Amino acid sequence: MASVSERMATAPTTRAAVEAANLHRAIFIAIAVFLAGAPFLLYPVFLMKVLCFALFACAFNLLLGYGGLLSFGHAAYLGTASYICAHTAKVWGMPPELAILFGTAAAAALGFVFGSLAIRRQGIYFAMITLALAQMVFFFSLQAPFTGGEDGIQAVPRGRLFGLIDLSRDTTLYYLVAVIFLAGVLFIYRVIHSPFGQVLKAIRDNEPRAISLGYATNRYKLVVFTLSATLAGLAGATKAIVFQLASLTDVHWTMSGEVVLMTLVGGMGTVFGPMVGAAVIVTMQNYLAHLGAWVTVIQGIIFVICVMLFREGIIGVIAKKLKRPL
Amino acid sequence: MFELLGIPPQALFGQLLLGLINGSFYAILSLGLAIIFGLLNIINFTHGAQYMMGAFVAWMLLNYAGIGYWWALLLAPVIVGATGIVIDRLFLARLRDLDHLYGLLLTFGLALIIQGLFRNQYGVSGLPYSIPPELAGGRNLGFMFLPNYRGWVVIASLAVCLATWFVIEKTRLGAYLRAATENPTLVQAFGINVPRLITLTYGFGVGLAALAGVLAAPIYSVNPNMGADLIIVVFAVVVIGGMGSILGSIVTGFGLGLIEGLTKVFYPEAAATVIFVVMVVVLLVKPAGLFGRTA
Repeated sequence: MASVSERMATAPTTRAAVEAANLHRAIFIAIAVFLAGAPFLLYPVFLMKVLCFALFACAFNLLLGYGGLLSFGHAAYLGTASYICAHTAKVWGMPPELAILFGTAAAAALGFVFGSLAIRRQGIYFAMITLALAQMVFFFSLQAPFTGGEDGIQAVPRGRLFGLIDLSRDTTLYYLVAVIFLAGVLFIYRVIHSPFGQVLKAIRDNEPRAISLGYATNRYKLVVFTLSATLAGLAGATKAIVFQLASLTDVHWTMSGEVVLMTLVGGMGTVFGPMVGAAVIVTMQNYLAHLGAWVTVIQGIIFVICVMLFREGIIGVIAKKLKRPL
Repeated sequence: MFELLGIPPQALFGQLLLGLINGSFYAILSLGLAIIFGLLNIINFTHGAQYMMGAFVAWMLLNYAGIGYWWALLLAPVIVGATGIVIDRLFLARLRDLDHLYGLLLTFGLALIIQGLFRNQYGVSGLPYSIPPELAGGRNLGFMFLPNYRGWVVIASLAVCLATWFVIEKTRLGAYLRAATENPTLVQAFGINVPRLITLTYGFGVGLAALAGVLAAPIYSVNPNMGADLIIVVFAVVVIGGMGSILGSIVTGFGLGLIEGLTKVFYPEAAATVIFVVMVVVLLVKPAGLFGRTA
């Protein structure tokens, strides 16, 4: 039963779907071209920061925008991956590709465990449980001996990729981060448009109906939760290599809030929204950093404005104008 | 009686008392969250900030207007509750027909704004608020020394919780409230102004948070961040207890405070996380929560 409907869902039947797919392909190519040329125009470290957060926001959006699950604890996966990656690279002397892999795997495992707990409740409880679990990770990171407490893990070596390419030059590392980012978002795009993604949207829109159609909805939710945590972990591990630092900021609940804000600003449930949202928020933080605590206030104001007046987000509004899904 | 499992009774009872005090705050805060959730269907993320505002309003009343603790106990909840009513009228009332997650996002944004503003104005080091002279000092109970103010906090919190329970379960107003929680449309059809009831409920829940803030002011220093981490623990308390029952919230709040206190004595490293661990266990054993009605 399920396999028949899955096969039907894969076929892009309508012309609109084909057009949308072509448009998306064109946008992805444009992004790739832009990323190839960007370090000649902009500061590479800033670009890498944007890309890490953009991947983080896209991973979060996979869960919220397509799974309909609001996690308020995504910092846990970003931060765990970043700690594990930093530890394996610095203390165990692993090459960067393995360190990133280890960090990502740790986030995947954590996502699987937390996901299987959180999906036992729905809606508002789900958000509270993910937040509470993430707070547990925060306290663990604060006390565990290997995380370095308030100092974090500093001076993480960037190392040599596959033992060949020296990553200490920012531009070289930038291209690695750009490739990781593109691979991540293309993977998410593929997941969204797979039969699995279609079922996911069905669950998001009407879970009882999906259950009555014979889908084991909890299994789908757990898989998407784990995927989202894994990709968030990939972003966190990469970030640890870029900044050569893993710190408590990455596991704090404010980070979980920031990724929600990025997704909300860019447009929930859109393919390109979270990237735009991440770019906007990171740029804002960079330019307003000298304002100190006011940044929090401004972020809060953006939250309120988005929720009250601008729920579709930047890309959501553009998509509505163009009458095309973006 | 002189020594329990190698722990001197002074330390044990001291931590238990501290646990009971934390439990009082968990109970009042989770009660407010449950009442708000019942009618508005949103989780009030601003609750921690409003608890902090309660403490700050008490401090401001004393330092700017010379109004002492006892009046603050009455005035601060009213003032903060009034800001809650404004928040509800300005923002939350416009989100009623939308997905309830928007309410969560909005209140989260408001919490960021409020905490940021107080941090800019007062810094993060914390301001002192002294214990009222009537409750200064303490008494020797034989097995431990009980500071009067701490005893007062536990008794006052219990009284507030029980009074809230009484109003909701035993009065006509409470009956309206419970009916509106079950079926707002039907209650409106009987001529009850449900939108106003909802707004007042939000104000009341916020007032409870502020009251907890005033009670906390002399124990913890008055600090812009005092509610931020606390509220996450209270969320865990709410998940453990479930929001279906008022008495359930009270029992869970005090109980978890005690568990936390005991953990501080026997295994201090885990004191910060024990409530989250309890939450995990409850989710595994009884996903609906200890007093929850639906899964």
